[in-house]
Amino acid sequence: MPSINSTIKVDSRDAKLSMAHFYVAFAALAIGGLMGLLQTLVRSGKFELPGGIGYYQVLTVHGVLLGLVLTTFFIMGFQHAAVSRTAGTHSDKARLTGWIGFWVMTLGTVMAAAMVLMNKATVLYTFYAPLQAHWIFYLGLTFVVVGSWIDGIAQIMTYAKWKKNNPGKPGPLLSFMAVINTVLWIICTIGVAAEVLFQLLPWSLGLIDRVDVLVSRTLFWYFGHPLVYFWLLPAYMAWYVVIPKVIGGKIFSDSLARLSFILFLLFSIPVGFHHQLTEPGIDPAWKFIQVILTFLVIIPSLMTAFAMFATFESAGRAKGAKGMFGWVKKLPWNDARFTVPFIGMAAFIPAGAGGIINASNQMDQVVHNTIWITGHFHLTLATSVVLTFFGISYWLIPHLTGRKLTKKMNKLALIQAWVWFIGMAFMSGSMHAEGLLGAPRRSAFSTYMGAKQAAEWIPYQIAQAVGGTILFIGIILILIIFINLAFFAPKGEEEFPVGEQAENAEATPMVLENWKLWIGISIVLILFAYTIPFIDMIQNAPIGSKGFKTW
Amino acid sequence: MHMHKLEKIWLIFGLAALIVFLSTIGVSAFYLGNKPPSCLTTVDPEKVDQTAPFNKPGLHKVEGKDWDYELVFVAQAFAYTPTQVTVPLGAKVKVIATTKDVVHGLEVAGTNINMMLEPGYVSEYTTTFDKEGEYLIVCNEYCGTGHHLMSSKIEVKK
Repeated sequence: MPSINSTIKVDSRDAKLSMAHFYVAFAALAIGGLMGLLQTLVRSGKFELPGGIGYYQVLTVHGVLLGLVLTTFFIMGFQHAAVSRTAGTHSDKARLTGWIGFWVMTLGTVMAAAMVLMNKATVLYTFYAPLQAHWIFYLGLTFVVVGSWIDGIAQIMTYAKWKKNNPGKPGPLLSFMAVINTVLWIICTIGVAAEVLFQLLPWSLGLIDRVDVLVSRTLFWYFGHPLVYFWLLPAYMAWYVVIPKVIGGKIFSDSLARLSFILFLLFSIPVGFHHQLTEPGIDPAWKFIQVILTFLVIIPSLMTAFAMFATFESAGRAKGAKGMFGWVKKLPWNDARFTVPFIGMAAFIPAGAGGIINASNQMDQVVHNTIWITGHFHLTLATSVVLTFFGISYWLIPHLTGRKLTKKMNKLALIQAWVWFIGMAFMSGSMHAEGLLGAPRRSAFSTYMGAKQAAEWIPYQIAQAVGGTILFIGIILILIIFINLAFFAPKGEEEFPVGEQAENAEATPMVLENWKLWIGISIVLILFAYTIPFIDMIQNAPIGSKGFKTW
Repeated sequence: MHMHKLEKIWLIFGLAALIVFLSTIGVSAFYLGNKPPSCLTTVDPEKVDQTAPFNKPGLHKVEGKDWDYELVFVAQAFAYTPTQVTVPLGAKVKVIATTKDVVHGLEVAGTNINMMLEPGYVSEYTTTFDKEGEYLIVCNEYCGTGHHLMSSKIEVKK
């Protein structure tokens, strides 16, 4: 019954839990965004940081706050609301678990941030050994991860409760997706947890003298690639389930949506070597096997693209659109809840193509660790994912705070998205182009002793500063909208849109809910992709490395 | 599970494209020999200066191998040794490199030489320098405060 569906509200106690996550997420966006602006200005060569602040310290703050803090807090806040809305209000126990998760993550963030600000952890957000940060930095990151597990367990508890009360039925789609993402996250963070707990933390405390660098990098990238899918899947949740409702259409296929999420669970983890293609110590045959698995994870994205456009077209035709592309005009282009994520979706087309290039080992040799890569993930994460997160915020924040998205704020949101698009076109575009010429990523301004090649890079760096400045205007706009929706917008009811399947759709096969089967296959694939190379690494390991502080 | 006919066509097209891409990469890597740098040799990072070939960084002519020269680089924060090297045009060169401290990159801008240098491991890549000119070598993995100052130069001359 759509009328009841559209009026279901997230319980106010769960809403508070979600909002707590969003306050931290948007604070991280504000500070991290400012750091991004500073980086592009420094790298243009026209600006220097005042007061002896280091470029790489600023870069560490930017990466940790936007790559780890903004994303994890936003995703957990969104998933709490999504589960509470579709699988029912958290029990007191689940909510308490959620709050414990939130505070553990927040404590971890404060610990890591303090070390970075004191310049004790200028190791960037990838913290590659043998750069050795202060142990409090590593412990803080551990708390962020463990807190996110506790947060995720709260969501699984509420989903399990729904399943117990509704035996033999497939769980609500949005909750199912949130649980897949949580399971994906728990499986992949085991890698980084092992790296930190068994290697970096005891090493920084002086309990062990040396670490195996290649093992630590392999554990990191076992985590690092599924990390990007952990960012992407909440965006896909909104695309699959929320957008159809916003445009007045139906979910194209509940079963295929679930299948694509299961494929992400299977294929996004055993693929970390495609980040390590140019590294010594790993056999090229195993690199190629993981490249094949990487390409398999493209399939669910192709399915998603099809489902999106099928939804758009059928919604348009149901409203009487004629001709091949008449449905395009029927889409609600003036509704920020649709248009903002749509720009994100469109950005995923070049972003995905770039990803295929990066994973192809010969082409990777041209772009590896050049600023092309930075350009790439500013399209995937910083455009597709982040614009979808903004689009979610425009209905979710007022829904949770009991307010309304006004016409004025809706308009500002549309302007924000176009400002973002233009800024990113400048910044990411020039990063891609400069990367093809060989300019390295993660580097302060340098003329490289007057080298001719480096001189050719500088105009692109100026274009990045222009783009970065436009993007910072975008950050200011989103913060204005966030603060408005959280504290000042008029009281009212904003819908939490949850799409429904077309009436003639067939029932969802229950095999898609067979968690033992899918988690089992996921583990088998991981063991297949990693066991032999890992044994090789340990058997042929060189003497480990002592810690260095080169900043 | 029902799948729309157009979606089947779309996915078959997508899968076919992926198979073509993967075959191209695979054939290029394992038949034509364009594998990514994946040397399995190890070295004690604290004894790099005493270990051959790193005890003599620079360009060396070699005989009886598939390549004409070996170009040895030693990286440390924030410099490469040698800081500049001249390579004869058309020479087939095996670049051999390692690091004495943290992880560095060795990227020769404008070429396909791009590899990670990790403590304890030797990185190698064989290539032919068939275009004259000056090539900038940059460190493309963050290694500390002086990361952006870490560079070297290859001059390819007739």
